[in-house]
Amino acid sequence: MGESVADALRDRVAPLAERLADFVPRRARGAAAADGMPAASGSAIVPEQTVAGQALIIVVGIMSFPACITIGAVTLVADAARDWQADIARELTIQVRPIENADVRAEAQKAATIASGAPGVRSARVLSDQENAKLLEPWLGAGADIGELPLPRLVVVEIDDPKGVDVDALAERLKSEVRGASLDDHRAWTNRLNTMAGVTVAIGAVVLGMVFLATALCVVFATRGAMAGNRDTVSVLHLVGAEDRFIVGEFQRHFLLLGLRGGLIGAGAAAVLFLLMSLIGSQTFNTAEAEQVSMLFGSFAIGPTGYFGALGVAFLIAIVTAVTSRITVFRYLERVE
Amino acid sequence: MDTGGASALISFENVGLRYGTGPEVLSDLTFEIEPRSFQFLTGPSGAGKTSLLKLLFLSLTPTRGLIHFFGQDSATMQPADLPKFRRRVGVVFQDFRLLDHMTTYENVALPLRVTGRDEASYRSDVIELLQWVGLGDRIHALPPVLSGGEKQRAAIARAVIGHPEVLLADEPTGNVDPPLARRLLRLFVELNRLGTSVVIATHDIGLMNQFDARRLVLDEGRLHIYG
Repeated sequence: MGESVADALRDRVAPLAERLADFVPRRARGAAAADGMPAASGSAIVPEQTVAGQALIIVVGIMSFPACITIGAVTLVADAARDWQADIARELTIQVRPIENADVRAEAQKAATIASGAPGVRSARVLSDQENAKLLEPWLGAGADIGELPLPRLVVVEIDDPKGVDVDALAERLKSEVRGASLDDHRAWTNRLNTMAGVTVAIGAVVLGMVFLATALCVVFATRGAMAGNRDTVSVLHLVGAEDRFIVGEFQRHFLLLGLRGGLIGAGAAAVLFLLMSLIGSQTFNTAEAEQVSMLFGSFAIGPTGYFGALGVAFLIAIVTAVTSRITVFRYLERVE
Repeated sequence: MDTGGASALISFENVGLRYGTGPEVLSDLTFEIEPRSFQFLTGPSGAGKTSLLKLLFLSLTPTRGLIHFFGQDSATMQPADLPKFRRRVGVVFQDFRLLDHMTTYENVALPLRVTGRDEASYRSDVIELLQWVGLGDRIHALPPVLSGGEKQRAAIARAVIGHPEVLLADEPTGNVDPPLARRLLRLFVELNRLGTSVVIATHDIGLMNQFDARRLVLDEGRLHIYG
C-alpha cells in the first residue's frame, strides 16, 4: 500500500459522514450516471475463459461430430433408398423365356402390346439385342454374339401411376396369353430396400441415442468440474444475497453458450466432411468401384436434410448441455444449502 | 435480555456449534447485535471467531440453541428465504473474496446486480462509492492487480453498497499497515454513526484500543462480553 493512496483515503475519510449522507438520498432517487465517469461493462458472472470451459467445448465438439455424421449417413441411406423405391415402383419387367416351338421375339412383342394397353402404363418396349448384350457384358464380355443363345427377352414397362396399375391382373393375362411370360414387379427388392432402410435408420437412431447419452454424461462431469472451479463464485454470490434461481440462470446461460459453441464446431466439421465427400464422389466416376457407389448413393451428396439435421444436433446438444448443467447446479446448491 | 430478538437485529441464545462428531467449537453463546451498535469480536487464534461470523451471516447452522435474524428464528427459515436476509448483512472477508475475473466496479456492484436491478440505476452510486473509498482510478482494474489495501477497500465497498443493517468484517485490518488500519477503522466508525451495526473480528489489541466499543471475547469456544 503506497503512502499516497493512504493519504488519499485519509482525505476522503475525513468528510465521510457528509459524503455518505449525501450518497444515501442520491441512491434513493436513482441518480443518473455521473458526468465524465467511465461506462461500466457487464462481465459474465461465471468466468468464461477457464480450462474446464474450454475442455467442455472440445468434448462437446468431439461428441457432436459423430452424431452429425450419423445424421448425415442416415439421411444419405434413407434418401437413396427412397430414390431406389421410387425408380423401381415406376417400372415393371416382363420376362419371356424361350420355349420350344415358340418365337420368343414374337411372344415378347405380344407381351409388350398387352402391357401397353393396360391401365396406368405409359409405355412398354422389348429390349433390343444390343441392350441385352450390354446387360450381359459383365459376364460374357464385350462384343459377344448373343443371337444364338437361348436367352429370355425382356420387356420394360414404364408406369405413369403405380397405384393405377393392377399388377396381378396384368400378370395373369400375360401368363395366359403369352407363352413363357412372367411379370416381375420388383416387390421383393422393394421389401428388402424398405427393410434395409428401416434397419439403417434404426441403427442410426441407436447410435445417436448413445452419442447423446455419452454427451450428457461428459457434460455432467465437465459441469461438475467447472462448478468445482467456480465454488468461490457460487459462495460469493450466495453471500451477497443472490437467489438460487439467479445463480442457476447464470450457469445455465454460460453452459448453453459453451454447448452451442462445441456443437457448432462438431456440426461445422461434419458439414465440411459432407462437402468433401460430395466433391470427391462427383469426381471419381471413372473407376468401377466409384461407379457402383454412385449407383447406390447417387452423387454421394448429403441433402439439405443432412445439413439441417447436423445443425439440429448442434442445438440439441447445446440444450442437453444447458439442461444438464441446470440440474447439476441445482443439486450442488441444494448440497451447499 | 430479549431472547426473542424483537428489538435486536441478531440474537443468539445458548447457541452451540460442532463440526461433525467433533467437540463443540462454540458453546452457550448468548448475545445480541443491537441496532446502530458497534462491537469488536476478538480472541486468540482458533477461538472460533470465523465460525461465529459464519453463524452471523447464515453460512452455518448451529448445532443447538436459537438464533433470531431480524426477528425470525433461523431454524424456521426456508432456503429460499436466505437471500433476502443476507442482503441485510454486509460481509468483509479476511481474504476479501473478490471475483478475479470481474473488475473492481463489477465486484462492488455485485450485491445490486444479483437483485436484478438495471445497471443504469446504480452505476453512479457504485462509482461514487469507489471514489469515496479511494478507488476512483481503479474502477476497471481486476483484483489480481490491486494492492492488499485496495482489495480491502473494494471488499468494504461491496459490503456496504447495498446499505446493510449489519456489517461483519473478518480481520479487516489484517493486510494493511497501521496507519491505513486506523483509517479503515474510522471508516467503520463513520458507517456505524450513519446507522449500520458493525461487528469487527480482530485480534489486534492496538486497533481495539483506538475506539471505545463493546468487546465480545471468545475463549475456548465461550463468549465473554465487556462493555
